[in-house]
Parts: sequence; structure tokens; C-alpha cells
Amino acid sequence: MEKVAITLNINGQDFDMLVEPRKLLSDAIREDARLTGTHVGCEHGVCGACTVQVDGRSQRSCLTFAVQAVGKSITTIEAIADEDGGYTALQQALHEEHGLQCGFCTPGIIMTFEAYLRENRDPTNEEIRDVLSGNLCRCTGYQGIVRAVKVAAERMRGGKSEGGQS
Amino acid sequence: MKPGRFTYHAPESLDAAFGLLGEYGDDAKILAGGQSLIPMMNLRMARPDHIVDIAAIPELTGISENGEQVTIGSMTCHADIVAAEVLVQRCPILPTAAKFIGHHAIRNRGTIGGSVSHADPAAEWPLIAILLDAGMVVRSSRGERRVQAADFIQSIYTVDLEPDEILTSLVFPVLAADEGWAFQQISRRAGDFAIVTVAVTLALASGGTIERLRLCLGGMDVTPFRLKDVERDATGKAPDATWMDEVAHLAATAGSPESDMHASAEYRREMAAHLTKQALNTAIQRCRGGDG
Repeated sequence: MEKVAITLNINGQDFDMLVEPRKLLSDAIREDARLTGTHVGCEHGVCGACTVQVDGRSQRSCLTFAVQAVGKSITTIEAIADEDGGYTALQQALHEEHGLQCGFCTPGIIMTFEAYLRENRDPTNEEIRDVLSGNLCRCTGYQGIVRAVKVAAERMRGGKSEGGQS
Repeated sequence: MKPGRFTYHAPESLDAAFGLLGEYGDDAKILAGGQSLIPMMNLRMARPDHIVDIAAIPELTGISENGEQVTIGSMTCHADIVAAEVLVQRCPILPTAAKFIGHHAIRNRGTIGGSVSHADPAAEWPLIAILLDAGMVVRSSRGERRVQAADFIQSIYTVDLEPDEILTSLVFPVLAADEGWAFQQISRRAGDFAIVTVAVTLALASGGTIERLRLCLGGMDVTPFRLKDVERDATGKAPDATWMDEVAHLAATAGSPESDMHASAEYRREMAAHLTKQALNTAIQRCRGGDG
């Protein structure tokens, strides 16, 4: 089957690649752009590990063909850092609140909530849980992740937080 | 877990899309948001030879209102429906129902037209389209036709769409300012496939009796369906506890739900009764100016 030449813009950089139309965006990111921070779990949209941002909105990279992403601005976990290259408020809070253990699901969770916290600066625990329902985590039991998002949102609004109770 | 091979087409106009669909017929599959089709392709349950991606056709996306109706382009994603102020004002059951679809990332990509054309019996849009008698605008190189939702959605995964046709938009009636409504659903986890869904619109006459009712059930048969007899008989009745018990009983005994890995038929019937009562209560509260 014929491959097509495409250019994907990932994290502000153009990547030229030759792919079959059936190549999933998740595989193009990992294999062709060599950005392996985006993880692949279920490959049918259930687990959320492969979540990236397309034009600033969280999307499943396993439910998109790479050819569909031409002309879009794709953001992956590799681009997530604060202005000085350190942790973002969300990453720092996940670290402090035990929001991860093995880390496999973490890139998907960060890509989901970095986008969500731009839309909703002050989410309730219920709203956080609703959004988090799209990302499976088998280590933490989710409580720490919910706390971390809450703490990160507070810090991003400029408030103080001594660690959350949810 | 990788899809089979296909040839990819991304037409930039409806005419170009009609040309491709005419040429490849049954070998082609329209790709809308891909949130159902791509999982099916990854699982090799679907192996189309040609994919016609309609995302680049501009007139398929957008929401407009003309006083009596709202028109939603088939490629409008669920998240944009959730956020549409005009819908929150004029037909609030639409953004509310959209919040129940899948997860955040799925709603950012999945489309209303894709969902209705796919006709999953557990999906939200077919149910809302049937509840509100939405008009499906279908176009092909042969012209345009309009089909009512209940006729369009024929059976499980089966709709009234020829291989060379595209669902271009959906037309919903707006709700009256004093019309109450409710959308109730039960699933194992937020965003999972629904087990039972009940949607209601209800208007009260000045005396407090029911003026008109719409009541639609999902998860109780191969397609969502309205309880037309209940709707007809409701007019003029007082919306009291006795009436609600009666309607809940009729909802529980309607359709022919199946037992599957998610729930038994008996459980579905119990939930249909429970959710119907909840939905009627919420709709009545909203009629009376409460928040539900």
C-alpha cells in the first residue's frame, strides 16, 4: 500500500514523515517523530494513555489517523514545562500529592488536565472526577490525582494551597 | 490492534465527496469524528477499502438558530454543543445530553452526525433526535431530502442512508421558555455505554395540568423509542404521584430489553421506572421555574 508524505507540527516543530494512511497518530508520534512520552494502552479509546492536544484540545491520538492531523498543531507531554523548563503547577502537584506511581498513565492525565484547566480554572471535585473518568490509572486509586488537580488549579489562580483534602 | 489498509480521501467540498462516494460505493466509509469508526477499525471489526474524511468540508460544521429551530451541522463536535450559548438558552437538553457522551477527549472530536449515523443503541444523540422529532438533512449528488429521526434510525447500527449520501445537518425544534425537560442516564462509569437513558420534555397548562409531554427511552430496545400512548394520554392530567407511578410502570414494561454483560433485562426495566420518575420530577420542577 502506498505511503504518503506528510508533515506534522508537533510541539512547534515540523516533522516530515512517510506513513501509510492507516498509521495512527499515536504511532506516528512515537515511531516517526520519536517522541515516546505519549503512551499507548488500549488502542480503542478507553484508557486515555495516548491523550495529546490537537489545536489546544485534548484528544485520543489512537483514535486519529496521522494523515488527519496535517495542518494541526499537536502538543505532547514533551512540551509540557513551565517557563523555566521546570515542572508546571500540575506536574508539581501530582508529585506532591502522590498523583502517580508507575507513571504509565501520567502523560495522558497531564495532557487532559493541562487543557481542561485552561477551560475551567476552578473545577469542583465532581468535575475533576468526571474529566478523570477518561483516563485509567491502575496504581493510585485516583484520590491523589483529584487532589493534585485541585491544588494545581488553586496555585494557577494565584491562591495559596497547603495540599488538598478532597 | 492496528487498522487494516485503506486509501485515504479528504475532499474539500460536498460535490467532491459525492463523487468519491459514487465511485467507491459500498467499499467506502465516511469518516466523521472517528470516535466509533476508528476503534472498530483498530479492532478490525470494520475494514473499509476507502476512507472519505469529511472534516475539510466547511459547511458541515456550525450551529445556527432561526427562532423556531436550531440547525446543527453534522460535523459539529459534542464539546462545541456543550459550550454553545444559543443551545443553552433555546434547547438546553442538547448541551446537557452532550455532556454524557464518552469522555472529555472523545467529546472534543466525536460529532453529532457521526453518532446519529452510527446509531449505537446506547448513544445519546439518536435518543435526543427521536425525542424531539429532529429532521435529518441528507444530501447526495441526486439532491437533498429530509427524514424524521424516528424513520432515519431504523435499527441497531442501521440508518436510512444510501452509500452515496451524507447526513449534512440536524434540525431540532427549540423548547418553549416555560417547557421543562430532563435527561437521566445510568452507566457503570461516567462516559461508559449507557445502560438505560430516559429523556423528557413537559409543559404545564396554566391550571397546573399537563399540556404536552415527550418521553423517550433508550437501552430498552434496538433503538430508542417514544411512549406515544403515554404522551397522548398525559394531556389534561395532573402531574401527581399516582400519575408518575403509572407512567413509570408503563416505561418499565415497554420495549424488549436484552440481558447482556452490562445489565440484565430485569435491571433495565427497574432502572427505566426509576429514571422515568426522576426525569418527570425534574422536568416538572423546571416548568415551575426551579433549577431541577
